[in-house]
Amino acid sequence: VSGHRFVVSIMPKPGILDPQGRAVEQSLPHLDVRGVSDVRVGRRVELTIEATDIVAARAVVERLAADVFANPIIETWDVAPASIVAASPSVAVG
Amino acid sequence: MRVGVVVFPGSNCDRDTLHAATLAGAEALPLWHERPDLDGADVVVLPGGFAYGDYLRAGVLARFSPIMAAVREHASAGGLVLGICNGFQVLAEAGLVPGALRRNATLRFEHRWVRLTVERTDSPFTRAIPPDHRLRLPIAHGEGSYYLPHDELDVLEARGGVLFRYAAPEGNPNGSARDIAGVVDVGGRVCGLMPHPERASEALLGSDDGMLVLRSIVESVAIAGRAAVVA
Repeated sequence: VSGHRFVVSIMPKPGILDPQGRAVEQSLPHLDVRGVSDVRVGRRVELTIEATDIVAARAVVERLAADVFANPIIETWDVAPASIVAASPSVAVG
Repeated sequence: MRVGVVVFPGSNCDRDTLHAATLAGAEALPLWHERPDLDGADVVVLPGGFAYGDYLRAGVLARFSPIMAAVREHASAGGLVLGICNGFQVLAEAGLVPGALRRNATLRFEHRWVRLTVERTDSPFTRAIPPDHRLRLPIAHGEGSYYLPHDELDVLEARGGVLFRYAAPEGNPNGSARDIAGVVDVGGRVCGLMPHPERASEALLGSDDGMLVLRSIVESVAIAGRAAVVA
């Protein structure tokens, strides 16, 4: 068993009004920044899953992404492996 | 007739709701979210507030509280459930009512009085409301913009799933699709309502229209109880 780290990116569905993105976009002229459009604000969740292999770990993340991290009515999500980290040793060393 | 008001960590309208339910003639009892049952409640209310700090998304974490299994069971057995504001968000995240509540289109936390049309008075949540009476209730939310895809909105409206809509003169405060302020599930026994009836429970508060909703619920349970006795 080892720890598998993932990154889940959650975004508002295309075509759905994103008031946060709009708020950011509308404030940019105050910074004298021009030419920025289509700002959309999402969410990023990082987590480590203890599992026998990455396929099993990924199944857990996919379930969490669809059931908890994202609301499928208004959001899309994408799961990507971050890095594979070794499980903590059961006996502390040093 | 017992109304149970669920208390999540972060609920803040539970006491107002208990008070209003008492005024409506019910025995009102708080239900801590960790208990696995409803303590004999005939009706469950999920009150307003910020359950679990609204972290991740409003309502999503409260959905996993132990009591929610009992709420789901109560609903599937035909029991009445009302979710107010954050309670509506919890019901929507739990899939007990259709739709999602997005951040307000106005980019602001909206807290003010609104007017509502009542789309039907043959539901357990509206039966005490006089025909053509528009409710004056307060709202207080940052994420109350009701959303469903167009085709699903058509289905919802065709089955009479919309109970309340925002109306003139204040109008739609948050960008909700088709001015929707309150919906019921397919069985018509689970209602999500964004405005706060419990905050309009006495004329002193500016309106007592909220009592019409709470009295509707109390009456519905009383009538069902009498029918059961006759049967």
